[in-house]
Amino acid sequence: MKPRQKTTMVASACLIVSLAASSFVLHRTDQLRPQATLDEVLFLSSPKVIKRASLGYDGLMACIYWTRAVQYFGYRHHYYAASYNLLAPLLEITTHLDPHLVVAYEFGTSFLAPQPPHGAGQPERAIELMEYGIQNNPDNWRLYYDLGFVYYMELRDYKKAAETFERGSHVPNAHPFLKVLAAQMAQHAGEYETARMLWSATYQTTQDELIKQNAVEHLRALRVDEDVKHLQEAVTRFGERTGRLPASMAELVAAEGLAGSPADPDGHAYKLTPEGRVEVRVPNDFPFATKGLPQGYKPQAKFRAMP
Amino acid sequence: MKARIAHIASNTFREAVRDRVLYNLIAFALLLSGAAILVGQISIEIEKLVVINLGLTAVSLFGVVIAIFIGIGLVSKEIEKRTLYTVLSRPVRRWEFIVGKFFGLAGTLVVNTFFMAIGVFAALFYVSHKFVRADALILVALYFIVLEFLIICSLALLFSSFSSPLLSAVFTFSLFVIGSFAEDLRNFAGMAQGLSRWLATGAAYLVPNFSAFNVITSIAHEQPVAGQLILQNTLYALFYATMALSGAVLIFERRDLK
Amino acid sequence: MSAIEILGLEKTYSVGFWRKRPKRALQPLQLTVEDGEIFGFLGPNGAGKTTTLKLLMGLVFPSAGSARILGQEWTDPSVKAQIGFLPEQPYFYDYLTAHELLEYYGQLSGVPAKQRKHRVERVLEQVGLRDVQGVQLRKFSKGMLQRVGIGQAILHDPKLVFFDEPMSGLDPMGRREVRDLMEQLKHEGKTVFFSTHILSDAEALCDRVAIIHKGELRGVGAVEDLTSSVQGKVEVIWQGTQVPASIKALGAQCHVTGDRVRAIIAENQQDAVIDALRRERQRLIAITPVRTSLEAYFVEKLQHAETTAGRAG
Repeated sequence: MKPRQKTTMVASACLIVSLAASSFVLHRTDQLRPQATLDEVLFLSSPKVIKRASLGYDGLMACIYWTRAVQYFGYRHHYYAASYNLLAPLLEITTHLDPHLVVAYEFGTSFLAPQPPHGAGQPERAIELMEYGIQNNPDNWRLYYDLGFVYYMELRDYKKAAETFERGSHVPNAHPFLKVLAAQMAQHAGEYETARMLWSATYQTTQDELIKQNAVEHLRALRVDEDVKHLQEAVTRFGERTGRLPASMAELVAAEGLAGSPADPDGHAYKLTPEGRVEVRVPNDFPFATKGLPQGYKPQAKFRAMP
Repeated sequence: MKARIAHIASNTFREAVRDRVLYNLIAFALLLSGAAILVGQISIEIEKLVVINLGLTAVSLFGVVIAIFIGIGLVSKEIEKRTLYTVLSRPVRRWEFIVGKFFGLAGTLVVNTFFMAIGVFAALFYVSHKFVRADALILVALYFIVLEFLIICSLALLFSSFSSPLLSAVFTFSLFVIGSFAEDLRNFAGMAQGLSRWLATGAAYLVPNFSAFNVITSIAHEQPVAGQLILQNTLYALFYATMALSGAVLIFERRDLK
Repeated sequence: MSAIEILGLEKTYSVGFWRKRPKRALQPLQLTVEDGEIFGFLGPNGAGKTTTLKLLMGLVFPSAGSARILGQEWTDPSVKAQIGFLPEQPYFYDYLTAHELLEYYGQLSGVPAKQRKHRVERVLEQVGLRDVQGVQLRKFSKGMLQRVGIGQAILHDPKLVFFDEPMSGLDPMGRREVRDLMEQLKHEGKTVFFSTHILSDAEALCDRVAIIHKGELRGVGAVEDLTSSVQGKVEVIWQGTQVPASIKALGAQCHVTGDRVRAIIAENQQDAVIDALRRERQRLIAITPVRTSLEAYFVEKLQHAETTAGRAG
């Protein structure tokens, strides 16, 4: 048995060593080519071509492109990228391959429309995508909701938003709040309450984790914006009354009869600067807040420049 | 020892040639020249792109098919036909047999690819009427394709050492397809949780990673290929093929040849 | 030094989907083959002959036991250079010609290039394939393939040759040639170990034989020794048209052809039969001892085994 045992040992050793080595090299290669699967998208962004190339396995390809879209966005968002050029083509290819992949449309609403670094900044393309989605899924009320959302949030076109919500409310089994939103648009478009309604609705009705998280961040930001607005108004009133700025938040609270000590959704108390500005303690925790940010504040990218 | 491996390899090559494998080159030549002529007449700025894409894709696909068709029978056919008995009754070690067969098949594919490469460059010259420096990238793409072949050959041989030709073909082809989407598989694995994540990641690393070898699209657009990538792909192919061949040797060493 | 020493080789296969039913192809075998002899390995189909050969060739791994070939461990690869093997109903690479096949096998056996050319030609001559050496093997008949098989087995001038059913597929001329070849090999000082189920061949050629049945060794020894152990028979021919009752009573096998009766009787019944014929006034024509054949020994051994098994089982 001896020669055979020797061969067995050598072959087993080779097997294990080469398995480890190939995994290691593979890992290194991955690092060398981040997002390499997207090379093709750069050159082949015609959805029709890809559909034909799929040889009928559209559903599977749609799933693959969907995962690539999510990876693409997630990776770049991690680095607070300034552009997301491939997101639109990726989503368009995905939905072209599988027009009923509703989550892709939702993703477009949440991440195609908003401005960088939180989105691709392409609301028009998001709208195109949504209309395509509605065309292919006319009985899905969610898509009307998402489309109206884009009009409201990014384009501030309250009339169009109202129209869209109205259209959506006629779909069988539509969520009743569509009618409510349509009405709200007409009267109270610019208010915090409306925005809160919309983000809450998104949060409650989506299945996707990323979209949910995004909605939560927006709700938190709304809270901060509202709080800071009220507090800032209080400072102004104080100034008009006393002719000076309050010395501290405590003085402001006492003087204006505000409730307790004002704190942000994380429980940190709002700061009052000597110049009379109300600020949050940790601006990085509220990426979507538009008020309460220190002067000259720029959101820090967590790592070095975008590869 | 080396002499025996060389003899087995050259006999395997001889078998492939006499099996008229190289006739596939005729089909390839027809395909490519037809395309080149057709595209040359349309002349819409993408002739070169079409010739390179089509040519290299054909080289890759033809080669994969040949690798699978011949590879799956390398061992199982010899066992079934019992031609192996008189070979192993000679001072030929079983592992030498496997390694010799591998080199024979790989050699066949290299020769085949060489002729196809000539065809691709000929078609390219026909549509562009000259060569530019960037055309050297085609050689890189061809080199990567050959590396892919090495991996496929080793896998076909691995399956041939223990299963029937039909099953071997199915397994090898499946791994080829999955391997082409290996990066996506790793993405999927990254999104899973808990135990599935570990299993999926393990599978994703075990599956041959062909995505890194497919540079056809980018070199068609004259994008350069990193030297580091060439090195790593070479290493990966060598390690992976060694792994598969070691598996084949281990299995074959133990097999009762009924 | 014995050419082959089989030390308890046995093989059990696991048959059945879940590997539950063990099938014993070969019981522990003890056998020795001496240098320079022609040794016959006899048995009916499925007895375990091919299994034994495959075990010795290393094509199949034993469940237990070992063997020594030409004084070395049977798994030692260097042993292979000194042995030749012809499998049962061989099949070779059909895309090669006879010449190419022998060249290739010569390379694998490590025959140096210069010698190889010469040896290949000589062997082709020896097996009678010189005229068709350039023809692809796919066009060969069964008999021709058998000759190629023999050729590749002796090509590298091995000391010990294993043939598994070497006569199968050959016409009487071919079989004669193979027998002559085996004699020739013995003459050259080689040892020949061959398996067959054709007893007449074994009887004619072998110095010693072993009989194997259902995986178990039933008898080993020189042919004469074995046959002499079987009780002799005598053939009696007399003129007549019927068998007298007294002879029938002796349990003889009788055949009546025309006006002659032939009877095969046991040697010790000879006197009784002659007396009976005299009494009946039948005319005796001839009394001839029947040469005991190996077949008789064979059949007796197998039947004995059956009855033993029947009693035990």
